[in-house]
Order: sequence, then C-alpha cells, then structure tokens
Amino acid sequence: MSALSHTLSDSLVITRRNLIKVKRVPDLIVFATLSPIMFVLLFRYVFGGAINLPDGITYAEFLLPGIFAQTVVFGSTTTGASIAEDLQKGLIDRFRSLPMSRSAVLIGRTVADLGLNAISILVMALTGLLVGWRINSSVPEAIGGFLILLVFAFAVSWMMALVGLLVRTPEVVNNASFIVIFPLTFVANTFVPLESFPSVLRTFAEWNPVSTVVQAARDLFGNQPDSVPVADAWSLQNPVLYTAIWAVAILAVFVPLAVRAYLRTATR
Amino acid sequence: MPGMSDAVVVEGLVKRFGDFTALRGVDLTVAQGTVLGLLGPNGAGKTTVVRILSTLLRADGGRAEITGLDVATQADQVRAVIGLTGQYAAVDEYLTGEENLEMVGRLYRLGKKESRARAGQLLERFDLTDAARRPAKTYSGGMRRRLDIAASLIARPQVLFLDEPTTGLDPRSRLGMWEFIADLVSDGTTILLTTQYLEEADRLADRMVVIDRGAVIARGTADELKAQVGGERIELTVGSGEGLARAAELLRPLAVDEPQRDEQTRRLTVPVTGGAATLAQALQLLEGSGVELLDVGLRRPDLDDVFLTLTGHSADAAVDATAGTTADAEPAESTR
Ligand SMILES: Nc1ncnc2c1ncn2[C@@H]1O[C@H](COP(=O)(O)OP(=O)(O)OP(=O)(O)O)[C@@H](O)[C@H]1O
Ligand SMILES: [Mg+2]
Repeated sequence: MSALSHTLSDSLVITRRNLIKVKRVPDLIVFATLSPIMFVLLFRYVFGGAINLPDGITYAEFLLPGIFAQTVVFGSTTTGASIAEDLQKGLIDRFRSLPMSRSAVLIGRTVADLGLNAISILVMALTGLLVGWRINSSVPEAIGGFLILLVFAFAVSWMMALVGLLVRTPEVVNNASFIVIFPLTFVANTFVPLESFPSVLRTFAEWNPVSTVVQAARDLFGNQPDSVPVADAWSLQNPVLYTAIWAVAILAVFVPLAVRAYLRTATR
Repeated sequence: MPGMSDAVVVEGLVKRFGDFTALRGVDLTVAQGTVLGLLGPNGAGKTTVVRILSTLLRADGGRAEITGLDVATQADQVRAVIGLTGQYAAVDEYLTGEENLEMVGRLYRLGKKESRARAGQLLERFDLTDAARRPAKTYSGGMRRRLDIAASLIARPQVLFLDEPTTGLDPRSRLGMWEFIADLVSDGTTILLTTQYLEEADRLADRMVVIDRGAVIARGTADELKAQVGGERIELTVGSGEGLARAAELLRPLAVDEPQRDEQTRRLTVPVTGGAATLAQALQLLEGSGVELLDVGLRRPDLDDVFLTLTGHSADAAVDATAGTTADAEPAESTR
C-alpha cells in the first residue's frame, strides 16, 4: 500500500472511532443540534421584530444563513477540545507509538467534526423551513451554499486542532476559542445588517471571513434579493471567492503546523 | 559492548526538560528474548527512558536502537516492532474493549479479520471476554490496565515496553500478569519493564538496572545486586531497652560486622555467616539471659535492602509516594 492509501485507511479508522463516541454519548449530538434550534427560534421570534431590514427580505431568510455559519464555526471548536481530551487521557501517546500515518489522527478528528457539522446544518435547515426560511435558488447553488459553509468550518477545525495540541486542557480550549470566535461571529453580518455598525467595526465586519461565508450562503440560497444592495467591499461583492481564499489559506498554514505540533506533542 | 543478540541498545542517553536534566547518560542493553527490570525511586527517569525508546520523546544526547533500528532516525520502523504500555492506561473509554483492540490492530495494519481474531484471543487471555462489548468507561482500574496491555500486544511486538504494568492491580490480577509476562518471554518477546515492586523485578527480570536521579547506580542479576549489599544476618526484636543492649553484648561473638541497634523499634540486626546453625547458637546464648525475645529470625538481603542501600531511601517510601495523587514527583522528593 502507498503512503496515501495508508493515510486514508488510518484516517477512516480514527474517524470511525470518533463517530462511535457520538453514538455512545448521544447528548453530544442532542446539544449540538438543540442550541442552533434554540438560536433560530430566539432570533426569529424574540429579536426578529427589533431588527430593521430593508423591504423585500424577511428576517427568517436573512437570519438562517447567519445561524448556519455561526453554528458550524462554533461546532469546529469541539475539534480542539476533543484533541486536548485525547492528549490528557494518553491516547495521543498511544497513537504516536503506533506505526500509523502521521496525519491520520488529525484528519480523522476534523473529518468526524465535519460530519457533525453537516448533521447540525441539516437540523437547522429543517427547523428554518418550519419558521419561514426558503431556498430561492437552483439545486446546484443550494448545494454550493452548504458546501461553502462546511469547507470554511473544516478549515476552522484545523485551526482549533492546533490550539488543542498547544493548550492541552479541554476547558481552557473552549474558553480560549470563545474569546476569539464570539467577536468573529458577532462583529459580522450574521444577525444584523452591516449598515447598523459604527464605521470602524463595520470595516472589520466587511472583511471578516465569517461575514463573507454568511454572504456567500445568502447569495447561494437566494436569500439576498436583488433589490437589497450588498456593501461595496470587494470581499462582500465576491464572497465565495474571498471565503475560498481564506479557507485555502487557513488550511495551507494550519495543516502543516498542526501535524508538526502533533508529532512533537507528548502528554505532560 | 553491545552484542548482536541485543534487542535494545541504549548508549549515553541524555534528556533535559528546560534546566532540569532528567537523564544524565544512561547505558543499558536488553538481550533478545530476555526481561530487563528498570528500577528506581519516583522521578528517577524510568518513564523518560521508556518514552524515548518508544519514540514519544527525543533524546538530547546519546543514542538508542531497537532491533538495530535507531529510535530517532528510523522511528516509523521502530514503531512497527514495539508495543508500549505506558504508566497510565491509554484506552478510549467510549469504545468497547473489543473496539479498542480492533482499532489498535487496524492501526498496526493487521487487516480487519486478523485484528478481530487477535482481539478475541487477547480479551480471553486477559479475562475480559464478558466485558468485551461494554464501553471501557464502565471498566474498573484493573480491567483498563489489562485492556491497555492487551492493546500493546495486538501485533505481537518483538520488543515490549511495560511501564509499571501491575501498579493498581489486585494480588490475583498481578499473579495473572506475571504468568502472562512469563509466557510472552517464552515465546521470544524481549521486554523492558519498569516497576516499583522489587518482588516483581526479582521474579520476572533476568537482569536489572537501577537508576536514580537520571543515572545508573547499579546493574546485574538479582543475586549480584543482593551480594552487593552484603550477606545474611540475624534480626531480633526484644521487649525492653535494657534487653536490647544486653542482647547486643551477648551476640557480639557471632557478629562478622558491627551489630545495628534501633532503640525505637527495639530491633537488633547482627550480620553473621553460617546460616541456621548460627541462629541456633544465638538462641542458646540468649537463653536464660532474661532478655525478653519478641521475634527472632535469620534474614538474607532482599531487593528492598538493595534498593535502600543503593538509593538511600526505601522502596516502600517510593511506592507510598506513587499511591498519592501527584504522580510526577519532583526530583527533590526523591533525593531528600
Ligand atoms: N515533560 C516534562 N517536563 C518537565 N519535567 C519532566 C517532564 N517529564 C518528566 N520530567 C521530570 O523528569 C524526572 C523523571 O521523570 P520520570 O517520569 O521519568 O520518572 P519515573 O522514574 O518514571 O518516576 P515514577 O516512578 O514516579 O513514575 C522527574 O523529576 C520529572 O519531574
Ligand atoms: Mg514513571
């Protein structure tokens, strides 16, 4: 077998192992899907009336792509916590003493978390349909919408993998990542239109990749009516391309860094 | 000089953690198909040696070879021939015992069928068949430990590292583990084992290396080590302080070296030669002397004495320290 097929088969073994945990601890998936459902309902019915949107777009349509993006980005933080947990329990030591592929533990982890994110998007989309969200585009475009969300989340997972390997304590990983992820997902067009931001924050929000993922999803699901203009920033005018560049750049930097950290890491 | 038949060769191993030098030039070899016992008090560097040999840590100096493969430059090949059971059980608690073993088998590239078959054999061997389909979360400490060892054996490694394999096992499981280790050796596996239990080393290890504060302080067979700390002696415990002085005086003619008195425990240790006949003589000398004898016996040195003499602190103290919550003792604790 070639090195590549080794990596693939080892990664599959690890992915399976990670998904078995989800099966054994169903609370994980219950909470991973309950909180987005709660978000959908909360924003739709509690804040929805207070947020001013231009004519021609309903809050449900505006909101859902934002919730999708926020949820998958948060979902990706579990990658870091899970890796820190494996490290604490000595499993990474066990894996590192085996003649297995060097990247398989991290690939298996990020791919399993990608699967979880896919499930939570599905649940949110179904909930969204119940509260008035609609896909107004073609099937390929809609698929593209889901894909860009997942690809971006996958890239964030690799970032979190590195954090997990360096920080080593699951609780600390969670707290540390929330400090970064909260502003990134809130200083964005996730829940409110950018027009309502003060100017400094607004520039940040326009170039924030979370905003562009959301914008890309809105465009691809047909949730951005032509009558409602998007901000002039290049990032928001070309959200798919801009987001893809970010995802590729994150992967290009963080995959090698995380693999290197994995090889050097040892418990204690 | 390392011979051709050495499965493990370690020369001048040095490891630093920041300013602290955990290993200061450790040399050792393990002959093919034999067991080496690595002994030492808490913080001596036993785990550090094992972690370097199993490719988890990189040494800062010296070199180490496993079956002729360099642990630093041929780590991948080394991993294919070794099995590691670390000091703390590394099992995935969410997987069942069976799934744990099959996963490790797959990662050793055994193939699905072979992994399953080996998992079945090992679960049976380690008395885990009944629990095989339960998540490891529900296992007791001893069961986890056994599962962990089973995992390290799944690919029939040529060289096995066992870091305190019986810590936390009950006496029956410990006996079972000893039998199992003996079986492995008779199948030709080479084993490097660290332990806090000298009885365990005495029983399992062909040769021993004692390390303290990162350096080898003694090596040899159990008999050679025992010989280093001297010969047999009579030990007796008496009822009163005056009795102690009186007994010491009476037995002086038998002593080959200065008798030792411990006022607190009222125990007297008299180095002797001549075995049982000397003991009989001693009893005669004490008879009718009015010394109240609570206990008397002839003792040969055991490894505890070796340990005490060599490291200047008792093995029991070391064992007690591991039983506590802080597993990684500071060097200061082990040097006093
Ligand atoms: N990652 C690390 N960073 C700093 N110091 C370390 C590290 N690992 C080990 N040490 C120190 O190196 C010394 C040797 O540790 P090691 O774990 O090898 O001892 P040991 O002989 O296995 O002890 P024990 O019987 O308690 O298991 C100790 O003083 C320990 O504190
Ligand atoms: Mg240790």
